[in-house]
Amino acid sequence: MKGRFTPKVVTANDLRLGDVVYLTADDQWSRLHSDAELIEDEAHAQMRLLHGAAQRLIVVGAYLADAKAGVSGPEPTHFREDFRTRGPSNYAYGKQVDLRNARDV
Amino acid sequence: MYNYSDFDEGFVRSRVAQFTQQVDRRLDGSLTEDEFRPLRLMNGLYLQLHAYMLRVAIPYGTLAPRQMRQLAMIADTYDKGYGHFTTRQNIQYNWPVLQDVPAILSALADVEMHAIQTSGNCVRNVTADHFAGAAADEIEDPRPTAELLRQWSTDHPEFQFLPRKFKIAITGSPNDRAVTKAHDIGLRMVRNDKGEPGYEVMVGGGLGRTPMIGVTVRAFLPKADLLPYVEAVLSVYNSLGRRDNKYKARIKITVHETGAEEITRLIEARFAELRPLFGGADQVLLAEIAEAFAPPAFRNASTDSYDAFYKADPTFRAWADTNLSAHRNAQYAIVTISLKAHGETPGDATSDQMRLMAYLAEQYGHSELRISHEQNVILPHVHKSDLPAVHAALHQAGLGTANVGLISDIIACPGMDYCALATARSIPVAQQIALRFDELKLEHDIGPLKLKISGCINACGHHHVGHIGILGLDRAGVENYQITLGGDATETAVIGEKTGPGFAYDEIVPAIERIVLAYLEQREAPSETFLDAYRRLGLAPFKAALYPTEAARDAA
Repeated sequence: MKGRFTPKVVTANDLRLGDVVYLTADDQWSRLHSDAELIEDEAHAQMRLLHGAAQRLIVVGAYLADAKAGVSGPEPTHFREDFRTRGPSNYAYGKQVDLRNARDV
Repeated sequence: MYNYSDFDEGFVRSRVAQFTQQVDRRLDGSLTEDEFRPLRLMNGLYLQLHAYMLRVAIPYGTLAPRQMRQLAMIADTYDKGYGHFTTRQNIQYNWPVLQDVPAILSALADVEMHAIQTSGNCVRNVTADHFAGAAADEIEDPRPTAELLRQWSTDHPEFQFLPRKFKIAITGSPNDRAVTKAHDIGLRMVRNDKGEPGYEVMVGGGLGRTPMIGVTVRAFLPKADLLPYVEAVLSVYNSLGRRDNKYKARIKITVHETGAEEITRLIEARFAELRPLFGGADQVLLAEIAEAFAPPAFRNASTDSYDAFYKADPTFRAWADTNLSAHRNAQYAIVTISLKAHGETPGDATSDQMRLMAYLAEQYGHSELRISHEQNVILPHVHKSDLPAVHAALHQAGLGTANVGLISDIIACPGMDYCALATARSIPVAQQIALRFDELKLEHDIGPLKLKISGCINACGHHHVGHIGILGLDRAGVENYQITLGGDATETAVIGEKTGPGFAYDEIVPAIERIVLAYLEQREAPSETFLDAYRRLGLAPFKAALYPTEAARDAA
């Protein structure tokens, strides 16, 4: 028996920079997981994935990742996706500093 | 050191030009990602969790100071000021952007380096004993043969689309420091009854999801037969290898499914066909290459200052005891520079550290550097009188850690901090284990212990052959770490045994501590190493220490 559909976000890596991006409801790619469109319906998820993956000059390797609703937007449910929202644990590189710096600007 | 011929130079430059155009075509949309991916992988460019990653080959682990400085320049200009040395004697840059990669490859070509065949189903970077040309126990320097294999395998038309990747390791010493038994082909130099040097050829070793120790298909192969013999092995594998199933495509499965006797017969039959086709050009080339690896002009000078320093300075003495190895010239020592400072990332070096190591190699080390599969840097030829100065400089740069061969000298793959294939993190586990044993001030008392961590079943961290191995897995959405004990990476290679159920991220460091304390309690004398004690005692006492509640229940 097929399990109940769990909510998803569409995520990928940026073609040029390689960093992690998320598809938003208004068809933008955001660096923030919380900006992503939280998709609750399986058929819609497939449509959004096709839409994301078709943008071959912007992103690479689009896929659906499990997520849940959070206070300020979707949150990851698996530790791998959680790490992707931040960067590595051994140095302060990646989103954990890039986003902070971006907000400071 | 080997210097590129005009042919090498032209070939590497043309590949840079090709890839530059391929990147342009990807960015303007003329190539899809499906078309581009194999092209970028052929040039060592991966897409990882947070960014692209460029894997640069360091053939047989040998680097010149100018090359090390260029690696530092690339780290500063195109990355974040550091590089990661890997168990394959490569260096990986974790943060390049796509548009910069052609410029990086061009900068590498400027110092006779490249990233070709660091990925894909081809013969990968040939690895070698990191003490080659210096070790006291060595029969012959294996690097000329490694360079011959590099030239032969680069862009070899027959072997560009093998069933799966193919790794060759070579050592010129009977004591194996190159893990030859866990490679697709392992070559170990031995002498025959007449005292002539040749190679023991082992085939079908490998780690990963199906770990296997290589099978000896030739106990003694004359040196002149090496290339046709290796070609025969590749040729048999190319025909028989399982292209239908990625997980069964490595030669270890071919050997296992075909049987040692039959695969040996097939290789020998193919060799009999190929050998007459080799007219000796390979041997002429090998002789030319060997000239480039002539030993340096060793200095003849007193080593009294070293002896005096050794007696007087306990910090220097501790470092000398762990980080130096016997050189073939008694006035010299092999220096292993630890890239395993407690709490730091195993195998990482900053650009400043790279430049310092380049300087020390130039000043004191006959301009040679090596990268070990254990993720350290080697100065293979240092006169003993220069060791105090070398140590002082290393110490100042955070490179003076006296822990080579000890529990904090951990091999760790990048794991889920970087790698897209990983199922759990490795680096923070390594950092915490090193910090914990430093805090306990126990590691010198524990003595030789190889701890190796992989963040997934592919086993880049060689966990199967660690005295203590740790494998990070994803168990129902949580990081879980499985322990193996008793592995051995040397000429007496053994795959470690699983202890039982795994441990959570916050339980793994205490679990390792329990194993080590059990060893300290049970060893017969400090001279009995962890591996010796394990071989004498077996798994039981370590299991009891690891799973105390279970042991109590069994006793009840």
